[in-house]
Amino acid sequence: MITHPTADELREALAGIDEASAGDARAAFLARVADNARATLEREAALGPVAEAAAVARLKVLLGVDGGFEALNAELCARLSDGRLSPLDPAVLAHLQASVIDQIAIDQPSYSGLMALAEPC
Amino acid sequence: MLATMDVPAALSALAPRLSPGAATALNARRLSGGASLETWAFDLDDGAALILRRRPPSALMSDTALPLATEAVLLAAVRPRGAPVPEVVHVCAPGDGLGEAYLMRRLEGETLGKRIVRDEAFAGVRPGLARRCGEVLAAIHATPLEGLPPLATSDAANELQRYEAVYRDLRPQRPIFEAAFRWLESRAPPLERPVLVHGDFRNGNLMIHPASGLVGVLDWELAHLGDPAEDLGWICVNSWRFGQWRRPVGGFGDYQDLLDGHAAAGGGAVSLERLLFWQALGSLKWGVMCLMMYASFASGADRSIERAMIGRRASEAEIDLVLLMERLG
Repeated sequence: MITHPTADELREALAGIDEASAGDARAAFLARVADNARATLEREAALGPVAEAAAVARLKVLLGVDGGFEALNAELCARLSDGRLSPLDPAVLAHLQASVIDQIAIDQPSYSGLMALAEPC
Repeated sequence: MLATMDVPAALSALAPRLSPGAATALNARRLSGGASLETWAFDLDDGAALILRRRPPSALMSDTALPLATEAVLLAAVRPRGAPVPEVVHVCAPGDGLGEAYLMRRLEGETLGKRIVRDEAFAGVRPGLARRCGEVLAAIHATPLEGLPPLATSDAANELQRYEAVYRDLRPQRPIFEAAFRWLESRAPPLERPVLVHGDFRNGNLMIHPASGLVGVLDWELAHLGDPAEDLGWICVNSWRFGQWRRPVGGFGDYQDLLDGHAAAGGGAVSLERLLFWQALGSLKWGVMCLMMYASFASGADRSIERAMIGRRASEAEIDLVLLMERLG
């Protein structure tokens, strides 16, 4: 199963960077990506636990069941996939919006979609 | 065939057949860009400026990309319709020593989306660009289908099924993508009349000249038969607005200019609603592509930091999808 690259995987990829090839254009590009990865890891360490706790609290109310983040998130996916929950249900959308705002704050805080979402219709 | 694929040598050997006055190729250099395809710029000694597009022998053919010879035929088919595309000068045969490849005349301009949406050099052409994109798409979509090489036909429901199958294979747990598949499935418009669709018409695949605007539509490897609104929606996906999110068409123009240009050039009426459906499907496709590229890291096929980090761009597709679900309902 893949859901998204974990912090451990990012650290592993960073450790695997071949310093010997420094100097060419490809290496310069990869160095910028590596800087982004390190910044992502820092944001995840600072923001991730709070975001996950908030998601768990929302999911318990939304789904009416108890559990940890992975189990609750999987349950939400299952209910959306088989139609037990509607994608346009306001409570569902509110959770999805809150979750993705927290995730983009970790993954790519300068992404313009965040500004677009904050703008009134 | 040359054993080692020495590209500059093979181009020089080919030079006299590309131009009667040419004896050799000069300045052959690999341009950055495509991950699966190589692009080389070179000159002939009679002054001609050319581009080589080739599939390296190591590249795996994806199941949706067209053979390069087919791409060359499409360029020749749309050019007389008024679509700005490079002129193909030679489609390579095995004896040319370049593998699967073709050669075309080099165009002058910029393809980097970030520069096109921001640089002062393009300020003069930006206001007319969205309308021009609509006109050019109408010309492409009007290409007679008789005589075209065999192309797959795909409608909205097919595209959704194809990407959902890829998503299911990866087995991710991403509720926004789950919601988006069901939301779009209930809204998938029927394909009324299949037309030639470029398939990757976005800021990044358009050659823009600071004075003459859109001079080349590049990268035809995803061309197929389908809904004209697919191309109109794809160029509006927020991921290729390069931060200029208030300008939905490629980060440089407005929806209405694109649609007006398309209609004025005979493209037939496409509603904004239909365009937005395809824009949303475009964001979903991009999100699944990000996960696919990350999957090649997760499986061990490519352990580069680039492949890992692109997985973290799936959330940009998600935030764009949430906005569209909220606003469109």
